[in-house]
Amino acid sequence: MSIVENFDLYAPRLADKEEYFSAGHRACQGCGEALAIRLMCKALGKDTVIINATGCMEVISSLYPTTAWKLPWLHVAFPNSASVGSGVEAGLKVLRRKGRIPDRDVKAVSIGGDGGTVDIGIQALSGAMERGHDLLYVCFDNEAYMNTGIQRSGATPFGASTSTDPVGSVSFGKKAWKKNVAEIMVAHNVPYVATACHSYPIDFMNKVKKARKIKGPSYIHCLSVCPTGWRLLPELAIKAGRLAVETGIFPLYEVDNGQYRMTIRQERLRPVEDYLKLQGRFRHLDPEEIELFQERVNQEYKKLMSKIECLPSWSDL
Amino acid sequence: MTRRTGMEIAFAAAEAVALCKPDVVAAYPITPNTHIPEHLSDIVADGRIDADFICVESEHSALSACCGASAAGARTFTATSSQGLLFMAEVMPIVSAMRLPVVMAIGNRALSAPINIWNDHSDIMSQRDTGWISVFASNGQEVVDMVIQGFKIAEHRDVLLPLNINLDGFQLTHVVEPMLFPDQEEVERFLPEYKPYATVHPDRVVSMGTLGMPEIFNEAMKAKDMGLINSKKVILEVWREWEEQFGRKHEPIEAYRTEGANVLLLTVGSMGETAEVAIDELRDRKMPAGLLKLKLWRPFPLEELRKAVKGAKVLAVMDRAVSCGGSAGPVCAEVKSALYGEPGCPVIVNYIIGLGGRDVTAEDFIQIVEKAAKADKEKPKEAYEIYGVRGS
Ligand SMILES: Cc1ncc(C[n+]2csc(CCOP(=O)(O)OP(=O)(O)O)c2C)c(N)n1
Ligand code: SF4
Ligand SMILES: [Mg+2]
Repeated sequence: MSIVENFDLYAPRLADKEEYFSAGHRACQGCGEALAIRLMCKALGKDTVIINATGCMEVISSLYPTTAWKLPWLHVAFPNSASVGSGVEAGLKVLRRKGRIPDRDVKAVSIGGDGGTVDIGIQALSGAMERGHDLLYVCFDNEAYMNTGIQRSGATPFGASTSTDPVGSVSFGKKAWKKNVAEIMVAHNVPYVATACHSYPIDFMNKVKKARKIKGPSYIHCLSVCPTGWRLLPELAIKAGRLAVETGIFPLYEVDNGQYRMTIRQERLRPVEDYLKLQGRFRHLDPEEIELFQERVNQEYKKLMSKIECLPSWSDL
Repeated sequence: MTRRTGMEIAFAAAEAVALCKPDVVAAYPITPNTHIPEHLSDIVADGRIDADFICVESEHSALSACCGASAAGARTFTATSSQGLLFMAEVMPIVSAMRLPVVMAIGNRALSAPINIWNDHSDIMSQRDTGWISVFASNGQEVVDMVIQGFKIAEHRDVLLPLNINLDGFQLTHVVEPMLFPDQEEVERFLPEYKPYATVHPDRVVSMGTLGMPEIFNEAMKAKDMGLINSKKVILEVWREWEEQFGRKHEPIEAYRTEGANVLLLTVGSMGETAEVAIDELRDRKMPAGLLKLKLWRPFPLEELRKAVKGAKVLAVMDRAVSCGGSAGPVCAEVKSALYGEPGCPVIVNYIIGLGGRDVTAEDFIQIVEKAAKADKEKPKEAYEIYGVRGS
């Protein structure tokens, strides 16, 4: 109770009161992706250009003649928000240098869903990061192609049932493991890479602010709960995000100049089942499959912890 | 002062782009256009122009980056050929619908398969309906002129559309020709600074590329189509200004020795120069043949074509691309529909020549004219002929 009463006292210090992603857009109830975008915009502030890949967020926010965006916003197509963003960044930089736009730092921020990032857009993303544009890329990962009806993506987790890799009498859903794009970005020597989730809003916004300041490429992979696609009650969206972190399925960390740091630490990991059982997309998994899932999570978590313990910052090498 | 310099036409195209001082260039290599971006990157590396050259990882990204830079208010240029243009295809109609005046040079090349690096027009013809202004050069001088004119046309407030300049791969890109280059001051007098209509900048917040429902889609397409149709007025105006300032005339359809011609050849691109030689030879033999060189492909010059064919008995349209399983090559199909129902419309015959770099000689055109001259009396059985197929 006291937190709500004092909200106006302390919240402005944590988050910008200004809304850059306004209410009235057409996202489903409980959409984690829309919430994450709202938080991201608060952390970025006014001097930002958003470049949006095709997907749920573009569709729900930009139905002509309305727009939810109070930041300059550009959508071109599905696979290319990173390359369009490269062009925006280059354009702003050259025009500023030539005195044709005000001499002020305006950040280009490309965003996309998991499909637009880890699958069809990965080439454009890799190119943009390799070239070293002053560009922040944020992937809003709801673990499937939601806009087109919950089809499987490279970011869909093992065992999830989707409309193109469904559970059936001879199949338990997706057989491959989730592609880890944050690690692929680290391998590009991107100076700042982080994972985030809207269920940890301050952690997410801090990471966005940090990335915003980098003069060069940066990447944030934000797990975004999709109640519609995950077959989950809308009021459980925040909880599901927290459980993804508390089970170690989606650890929240950052990689700052090569140095790994867990930003939300867990004393002890909860069993993955706590997370899986909330969601219709995993309902069919049997104990053996859940056990496989658990083993893989333990292994990945250990790998991450060893990086956190062993890898120094590049500047200390 | 204008200077005459001999150089490879691809290099000349890059020099012409440099004279226009672009802000952002993004390109990906593919033969035969490659020398254009290579030479531009030299120009940037030597600091001759203050521009950002983005070495993208694909043509899709090249056009996407141009799209982003143009939306930010930058003057942008790209170049490609063949498969590269197809890789850009997704972005092509978006650039025009967003009214972004990106300028592109296309070193025309056949589409695979079989993979073939040589010239024909199947690349641009596949992108014909994407809403870009499209011009064809028949020699190096026209390439230089059309690049500089291109930025002025594309960026004009009444146009704001992307524009592509087509130059035949190898036949033009790799040929060394003496060309006149205007100097920097002359170009600046001709080409004003780009003043974008709307940009992505926090000082004036806009959403660009929004979702259009069926209720507004017809209107959006009509607006784009009208923009392209209306651009002809500006194109003609810019070409007139060009002639006044530089003394070289450009027309949507250029007529060569058409007085009293019974048979007219219609060509696109560099084959027009070869066809001139054939027409001279035929005229020497007292054969009343003439030539029409189509330079403006989109928007299509309907009135000019109707006027140009008046009095001719046969019109032989040369295509450098096949519209597989269709009624004619892409240029001929356009010509036929433009002339349908026109009083005194000539008999129209269609030859598809020079595919994948197959040589087209003046002798070929002479034979075609001689063959076409008979079409007046006896219409050919086939709607079109792929000319010079061996073993047929
Ligand atoms: C080239 C291309 N292929 C396919 C599509 C269809 N499409 C539009 S959005 C989308 C999926 C988007 O998924 P994701 O990027 O994960 O975003 P989400 O909707 O889940 O937020 C697909 C397949 C398209 N627009 N363009
Ligand atoms: S389908 Fe999912 S991601 Fe898309 S708007 Fe609905 S809740 Fe959000
Ligand atoms: Mg998704």
